[in-house]
Amino acid sequence: MKYQSQAVAKPYFIAAIGLFIGQILFGLIMGMQYVAGDFLFPEIPFNVARMVHTNLLIVWLLFGFMGAAYFLVPEESERELHSPLLAKILFWVFLVAGALTVLGYLLVPYARLAELTMNDLLPTMGREFLEQPTITKIGIVIVALGFVYNIGVTILAGRKTVVSLVLLTGLVGLAVLFLFSFYNPVNVVNDKFYWWWVVHLWVEGVWELILASILAFVLIKVTGVDREVIEKWMYVIIAMALISGLIGTGHHYFWIGAPEYWQWWGSIFSALEPIPFFMMTVFAFNMVNRRRREHPNKAAVLWALGTAVMAFLGAGVWGFLHTLAPVNYYTHGSQLTAAHGHMAFYGAYVMIVLTIISYSMPILRGQKAGSPRAQKVEIWSFWLMTLSMVFITLFLTGAGIQQILLQRYTDNPLPFMVVQDKIEMFYWMREGAGVVFLVGLILYVSAFFVKGGEREEITDSSGMASATSS
Amino acid sequence: MSEVFTKSMARNIYYGGSAFFILLFLALTFDTASEVPKRDNHEAITEQVALGKKVWEENNCIGCHTLLGEGAYFAPELGNVYTRFGESTEAIIGFIQSRPVEGIPGRRSMPQFNLSDEELQAIAQFLKYVNGINTSGWPPNIQG
Repeated sequence: MKYQSQAVAKPYFIAAIGLFIGQILFGLIMGMQYVAGDFLFPEIPFNVARMVHTNLLIVWLLFGFMGAAYFLVPEESERELHSPLLAKILFWVFLVAGALTVLGYLLVPYARLAELTMNDLLPTMGREFLEQPTITKIGIVIVALGFVYNIGVTILAGRKTVVSLVLLTGLVGLAVLFLFSFYNPVNVVNDKFYWWWVVHLWVEGVWELILASILAFVLIKVTGVDREVIEKWMYVIIAMALISGLIGTGHHYFWIGAPEYWQWWGSIFSALEPIPFFMMTVFAFNMVNRRRREHPNKAAVLWALGTAVMAFLGAGVWGFLHTLAPVNYYTHGSQLTAAHGHMAFYGAYVMIVLTIISYSMPILRGQKAGSPRAQKVEIWSFWLMTLSMVFITLFLTGAGIQQILLQRYTDNPLPFMVVQDKIEMFYWMREGAGVVFLVGLILYVSAFFVKGGEREEITDSSGMASATSS
Repeated sequence: MSEVFTKSMARNIYYGGSAFFILLFLALTFDTASEVPKRDNHEAITEQVALGKKVWEENNCIGCHTLLGEGAYFAPELGNVYTRFGESTEAIIGFIQSRPVEGIPGRRSMPQFNLSDEELQAIAQFLKYVNGINTSGWPPNIQG
C-alpha cells in the first residue's frame, strides 16, 4: 500500500462481498419460486425477494465502486485521501441505511413500509430498482455527495490523471442522475421516460466510465504498459460508450408511449453499443500480451480479461440480440430481457468490482498477491461463477425464445401462466446453474482464508519486509 | 493504434462526441415532451387514477408484473389487462379481491393485499388509464 488512507477501501470491499452473498441467496429463492410457485409464500413473496436481490446488487456494486475509488484515487493523485474519517463515517451510514432498508423489505409488508417512511410526503417508492423508501434515497444522495466531495478534493489537489478524472466524471454523473429518482409524475409515460435517466444512463452511461477507469488502472498496474497507451485506448472506448449509449436510451422508448421516431434512433444507436465493449476486449488482451512485467497476481489479470470478454458478451451481444425495434416488439419484457440483464450485470459490473478487489485486497493485507494456493482457489471460483452465469443466461434465453414463440410470435397466443408452465424445464436448469454459482461464490470467499504456500511480500525502499505473513 | 492517432485526438473525440450527443439527446427529449401529450392518454388522469398509481407503487406490483413490458417477468403484463379482462374494471377488482391469503399449493399466486374498496376502484381505473396509452401497437396480442 503506497498511501495509508487507501486502507479505508478494505471495509467497503468486505461489505460488498457480504451483500453479494445475500444477493445470490435471494436469487436462488426467486429461482425456486419460478418452479415451485408457493415456495416461502406468503412469508417472502416473489416481489420482496426480487427487491432484495436487485437492491443488494446495486448497493454492493456501489460499495465496490466506492472502495475502488478510495483505493485507486490516492495512488493516482499521489497524495493521501482528503478525509479518511469521512470515508469511514459514510461507510457506516451507508451500511446501516442499506441494512435497515433490506430489513424493512423483509419484515413488514411493502405498503406498511411506505406508510412508516412517509412515502406520502414525496412518493418515490414502488418503481423497479428504485423501491427504496424516500428517506433511504435521501440518505443515498447524502452519502454520494460526501463521497464525491472526498474523492473530488483529493483528485483536484493532487496529480490529475486520465484514470482519476474519468472516474470522477463517472461518479459525479452517477450522483447527479440519481436525482431523477425523485421525479415521479402520475403520467406513466413521463414517469417511465425519466426513470430510464437513472437506470439506463447509469448502466449504459456513467457506470461505463467507472468501469473503464477501474479496468485501465488495474491494467496499468498488472501489465506495466505505458500509461499513455492505455489512456488513449480508454478515451476511445468511453467516447464510443457515450456516443452510442446516450441516444441508445431510445431502445427503452419503443413501447412506452414515446414518439415513434425513437424506434429509429434507439435501434441505430443501440446497434452501435457493442462496439465499445468489443474494443474493450481487444484492448484488454492487447495490453496483457504487450505486458512488460509478470505480475504475481495472476487471478487479478484473469478477472480483468474476464470482465472485458463477459461485458462484451452480456452487454454487447445479448443486448444487441433484442435491441432492434422489430425484434424487440416480440422480445420486450420476456425472459430474454432477464437473460441479458444477468450476463450484462455480471460481466460488466460484478466482474470489474471483483477485479479491483482481486488486485487490491492482497495489497491492503500487506501482500503483493495472494499465495499461489489462494490464487488457485480464486481462479476456480472465477470459472465456476463465470461459466454458471453463461449457463444461467443460455437457459433464460431458451426460456425466452420458447415464451416468445408460444405467447407472442404466433397466431394462437397462449396465456402467460400457461406458457410459464410449458417452459418450466428451463427454469429448473437455471436454478441448477444458480446453485453452481453459489458454490463458486463460496470458493471465492474461502480463497481469502487459504493459508500456506509462498507469498510475495511487499518490501519498502529499504528492503525491509513491511508485512508479516500469517 | 498507430502513432498517427494521438492521445489528444482520442481525448477530443471523447469530449466532442459526448458533448454533441448530450445536446442531441436533450433536443430529442425536448421534442418528445411536446409529442407525448398526443399519445399519453393524459385526459384520463383523474384524482382516482393518481390514487391508483399510488396503490400500484405502494404494493410493489412491478415486483412481479410488467407494465408496458417493464418490471418483473414473474406474472402477466398489465398494460393491456383492461382489454384482456373484457374491458371490465369489475373483473380486475374481482381478481385482486379473490387472491387466497395462504396462496395456492405448488403454484404462483398473487398475495392478498387487503385493499379497501376505494383502493380497488382506484387501481382498476389506473390500469384502465394505462391501457389507453398509445404504445405503437405493443403488445403484439392480447396475452401481453
